[in-house]
Amino acid sequence: MAGNTLYGAGTGASRQHYLYRKGIEWLAWIGMLFCIGVIVFILLMILGYVLYQGASYINWEFLTALPLPAGETGGGIANALVGSAMVVVVATLMAVPIGVGAAIFVNEFPSAQLGRFVRFLAEVLTGVPSIVVGLFAYALVVRPLGSFSGLSGSVAYAFIMIPIILITAHEAFRLVPVSLREASLALGIPKWRTILWVVLPVSSRALLTGVVLAIARALGEAAPMLFTAFGNPFWNLNLKKPIATVPLLIYTYATGPYEDWHRKAWAASFVLLMVVLVTSVLTRVFLRGKSNE
Amino acid sequence: MSKEGYAVEGRQRDIDFHLPGNQPEMTPDETRLRVEELRAYYGKSLAVNNVTLSIKTKKVTAIIGPSGCGKSTFIRCLNRMHEVTPGARVEGKVLLDGGDLYGSGIDPVEVRRRVGMVFQKPNPFPTMSIYDNVAAGFKLNGSRDRRIIEDKVEKSLKMAALWEEVRSDLHKPGTSLSGGQQQRLCIARALAVDPEVLLMDEPCSALDPIATAKIEELIHELKDSVTIVIVTHNMQQAARVSDYTAFFYLGELVEFGATGDIFTTPEKRQTEDYITGRFG
Repeated sequence: MAGNTLYGAGTGASRQHYLYRKGIEWLAWIGMLFCIGVIVFILLMILGYVLYQGASYINWEFLTALPLPAGETGGGIANALVGSAMVVVVATLMAVPIGVGAAIFVNEFPSAQLGRFVRFLAEVLTGVPSIVVGLFAYALVVRPLGSFSGLSGSVAYAFIMIPIILITAHEAFRLVPVSLREASLALGIPKWRTILWVVLPVSSRALLTGVVLAIARALGEAAPMLFTAFGNPFWNLNLKKPIATVPLLIYTYATGPYEDWHRKAWAASFVLLMVVLVTSVLTRVFLRGKSNE
Repeated sequence: MSKEGYAVEGRQRDIDFHLPGNQPEMTPDETRLRVEELRAYYGKSLAVNNVTLSIKTKKVTAIIGPSGCGKSTFIRCLNRMHEVTPGARVEGKVLLDGGDLYGSGIDPVEVRRRVGMVFQKPNPFPTMSIYDNVAAGFKLNGSRDRRIIEDKVEKSLKMAALWEEVRSDLHKPGTSLSGGQQQRLCIARALAVDPEVLLMDEPCSALDPIATAKIEELIHELKDSVTIVIVTHNMQQAARVSDYTAFFYLGELVEFGATGDIFTTPEKRQTEDYITGRFG
């Protein structure tokens, strides 16, 4: 056939087959659009509902004042915001060196069976319920020290963050071309320096993304804080003592009996969501800026 | 000319034998690297079998042979890069000025500072500037004095015939250069460590003919100061740049001798078949 069969302008069997394939393509499109729609809809629903419920309650006082006794209106969550920040920063300081160090081990010394085993363990760890992590931190830190503390909360968060950082860092290191490692080794640069000077800088963007992902995950976890940071209605900057954190405060307020508490739980949820969202967006903007260099 | 066309041309029967200054000398050259009964394995498979040859000081030795004949593996054994591949191992001796590179207590890191390497694909460090790329290896070996490092970077870039092109852009990323410039940057980077021997693993196979010509010219200039071993697919290139040629086939050294002899009066039938394009 000399005709334009490529575009299905022919007749008979080939034309029919063309229409059949077109139909399948069309169905696939509809299916994909539906899935995307569901995801976007859920996300917008959550954002919108939290905004609707909580935004009206957010004002300067809410962000800067201490909680007031139950029943009184007003007051804020300043202590929980600062507490969350402190606990997460300390957790990050613990989790990043361990997570990245373990990833280096897993990737750079792959001949050891141990490397693959560690990676497997990390994958299992990401699936451990966060309440169990909290109990573990309780047994590991709270019991020996004899008191609930921000520090024990940090340990619990670090346990959640380490496997996430390990896995993302490992994936990042795997993408560093062998040719770059070899270039460095062939110059007589020792392996440890090759890792520090070549492998880490090349994968730094992906590493940062992994760390932010881990922080975002930890920021929203309430369960591990139940028996560790414990919560505190007052100002506390001492990590050895019980400390307030935002997710735990949300949990307490949302399950409490007062309508005012429920409002505050919504407002705090909104603040937490915004912090996570803004952190992720800022990281992306920062990384994109770097990639244009 | 496309890269493909270039490769085909290399297989033409009537190779033009221009061998400027490549005539073997009557006096025996001094040996820099002596390879004895070298065997290299990947796991259980033998990639290089029982190779013995001598690489002469301040001469260019070309390693030719069809794909998979063990040429790359062979030169990776000369600076202990072969063992970087998981499961790879080496038997035999490689004597650099009489000392065995595989002797007990020899640090491969030290070996690689004395025997530099340039790879098939240009691989500058993407996070480093042109300047830092050249300084990377040198910084480790000694001085942290900025003026000494600057001098070294300039000298190395001049040796690699890249200085004039990049002198005003030293702080741009190394990856911003063209492919041929990147390869010369990699040569400068290797030279900055002051190696006694420079290994080049098909350094022109990713480059166009003009960039290739520049690298070949550079090899001619470099052999006054450094011993060069170059793996190449391109027989014309071997004929143009080398003083000695080794022909590898199926992991074994078939023939080794002065380049002029190998290309005009090869002793072995296999060598003749390969260089005249009957196989490979």
